[in-house]
Amino acid sequence: MAAPVKSHPVEGPASAVQNLTIGKALNQGLRAAMEADDKVIVMGEDVGKLGGVFRITDGLQKDFGEQRVLDTPLAESGIIGTAVGLAVRGFRPVCEIQFEGFIFPGFDQISSQLAKLHYRTQGKVKVPVVIRVPYGGGIGAVEHHSESPESLFAHIAGLKVVSCSNPVDAYWMIQQAIASDDPILFFEPKRLYHSGALKAPVDPSATPDPLFASRVVRQGGTDAAATVVAYGPSVKVCLDAAAAAAEEGRSLEVIDLRALSPLDLGPVFESVRRTGRLITVSEAQSESSITSEIAARVQQECFYSLEAPVLRVAGFDTPYPPAKLEEHFLPDLDRVLHAVDRALDW
Amino acid sequence: MFDPYVADIDAEALRGLYRDMVLVRRGDRESNAMQRQGQLGIWVPLLGQEAAQIGSGRALRPQDMAFPSYREHGVAYTRGVDFRELLGIFRCTDHSGWDFKAHGFHPYTIVIGNQVLNATGYAMGQKFEGKVGDDDGEATIVYFGDGATSQGDVHEGFVWAAVYDAPVVFFCQNNQWAISEPTERQSRLPLYQRARGYGFPGIRVDGNDVLACLAVTRWALDECRHGNGPVLIEAFTYRMDAHTTTDDPTRYRLSDELEVWKHKDPIERVRAHLARTGGADTAFFEAVQAEADSFAAELRDFCFNMPDPPPERVFANVYAEPSPQLDAQREEYLAYLSGFAEAGEH
Ligand SMILES: Cc1ncc(C[n+]2csc(CCOP(=O)(O)OP(=O)(O)O)c2C)c(N)n1
Ligand SMILES: [Mg+2]
Repeated sequence: MAAPVKSHPVEGPASAVQNLTIGKALNQGLRAAMEADDKVIVMGEDVGKLGGVFRITDGLQKDFGEQRVLDTPLAESGIIGTAVGLAVRGFRPVCEIQFEGFIFPGFDQISSQLAKLHYRTQGKVKVPVVIRVPYGGGIGAVEHHSESPESLFAHIAGLKVVSCSNPVDAYWMIQQAIASDDPILFFEPKRLYHSGALKAPVDPSATPDPLFASRVVRQGGTDAAATVVAYGPSVKVCLDAAAAAAEEGRSLEVIDLRALSPLDLGPVFESVRRTGRLITVSEAQSESSITSEIAARVQQECFYSLEAPVLRVAGFDTPYPPAKLEEHFLPDLDRVLHAVDRALDW
Repeated sequence: MFDPYVADIDAEALRGLYRDMVLVRRGDRESNAMQRQGQLGIWVPLLGQEAAQIGSGRALRPQDMAFPSYREHGVAYTRGVDFRELLGIFRCTDHSGWDFKAHGFHPYTIVIGNQVLNATGYAMGQKFEGKVGDDDGEATIVYFGDGATSQGDVHEGFVWAAVYDAPVVFFCQNNQWAISEPTERQSRLPLYQRARGYGFPGIRVDGNDVLACLAVTRWALDECRHGNGPVLIEAFTYRMDAHTTTDDPTRYRLSDELEVWKHKDPIERVRAHLARTGGADTAFFEAVQAEADSFAAELRDFCFNMPDPPPERVFANVYAEPSPQLDAQREEYLAYLSGFAEAGEH
């Protein structure tokens, strides 16, 4: 194996503001984390020479060497199980799962070891592993390439789960996740990876928001009609819906959860107390999900403010359908606005 | 040792194998082209693996069962699955179309390695039902790749099959690559040698030699039929095209390698042999060519005219038994859709 080569920034000084897609921002964020700490290693299928099937790790093996960017054998339990061991040894592994549908061979290692080691050892063993998971639909793919399994992981105590929705968050959240001493499932909205429309200036000298904080991404103002909560790929759908609603004179407040476990619902409660209405939006099936959790807590905290039940726009409680049908399965602008109408007419 | 297994293959039978390979290659190339034209979401090429698939597939008897991965279009063809029936998966109109019982051909499996355990269980069932033990016994064959051999499921399949003497042929097509990772990233040892550790025979066959593949697979199936399974076959071959239509192999492998393998082209080999030995004349080759042309034209025509599935399909067949919850979701969604129809598409 080649000795690790000292890295060098490929695109100008590290401090320069760059206009990046989510995919490129993740790449830059990974690079920054690897430069900051030589215990950070990247591992997964095809992440080296190929740079990953989505090119998120593009160039990293070339610059950091084969001992820091590992093209692993084809086995997810192996990837995650060995990452746990490497973390016990003092490394900070960042695992890539090629598509969310392929995380399940590693589910046992995630649930039994990764999530529980710290607890079982009464805090003596830390497992700072990040598992990057491209997720979500809308890419016209075959089975197992478009799912949204995040709730399964949010349900596991000992794990943290986050999802980014834009390039600035992608750049910072991946670095914050890597720096965290807890195991984190990092869900990435794959259909937006290379979206030019979402490109945004990323300033490496800026101070990022905390990792586990939700954020109001569109203010509804004092006359906001409803609160809409989303995360990952659905944030864009909701922002588009809010823009359409605004044209009809209706103001929606949109909140990007960012952290899925633990949830940061303070801003949601605050908003719902003003609007009296909450719509959650996720591609994930709604049954026993993160949005179930939100609905339960909001009715508990905002009971007297609610003018309508919490309504959930979500993937149906079916397996992900063949992609020719995915437009039906995936929440879109119309379904979000339909739910807003229902909440207002309640 | 294997010659008797192809003693019946006279010039006519060899011409048949040649024709099979030409047709599936043509179907493969046509499908690849249709993907480029936007008619298919993705295509998984079998180019270069025709001999491994036709040779092994033609070794099967009607009572046998085959479990494919996702590249086994040639095996599908030998099981009487019309090439057109494969297109739904790649056009994303369905997840699997054919009647697996009628054809003795299981649905494609995309999650790497899963089907190896499923096939093993099926074979255990053949044994439990007393269908093993003589010339007319049943057997199962399961297809997977070199990369798949790293998965826990494949290891467990080997263990189970050994413990239960399951009549299953593990047919590994070592096409040298698992997307961007060469076989050395999966194993130190030639893959067929792994069988020894599990206590059953493993054999490597020239996967580009259709007769060799036919002979070895017939032998292995016979072993299983008679209760001497399992057997591992490593068909040493080459993926001559990209992993899928979304892959760019120039990022990870040299074209020299392809040039070397082109000299071992499985179809050219048989063609040369037939021509040299007088097993076929020009008229035959021209007739096969013409047949391939119309085969391709029919495939095209079929593909271009495939209807999209109706929205209610999203909700169909999630469960074998009734689900009032899903029925309600379906009705609500269909009512929502008809709302648009009444309002006139907006
Ligand atoms: C569990 C799982 N992990 C990852 C993938 C993504 N993936 C699809 S094909 C492939 C490589 C498979 O290589 P190999 O087993 O050699 O079969 P080949 O494609 O070469 O026929 C990978 C990693 C998957 N489908 N399933
Ligand atoms: Mg392979």
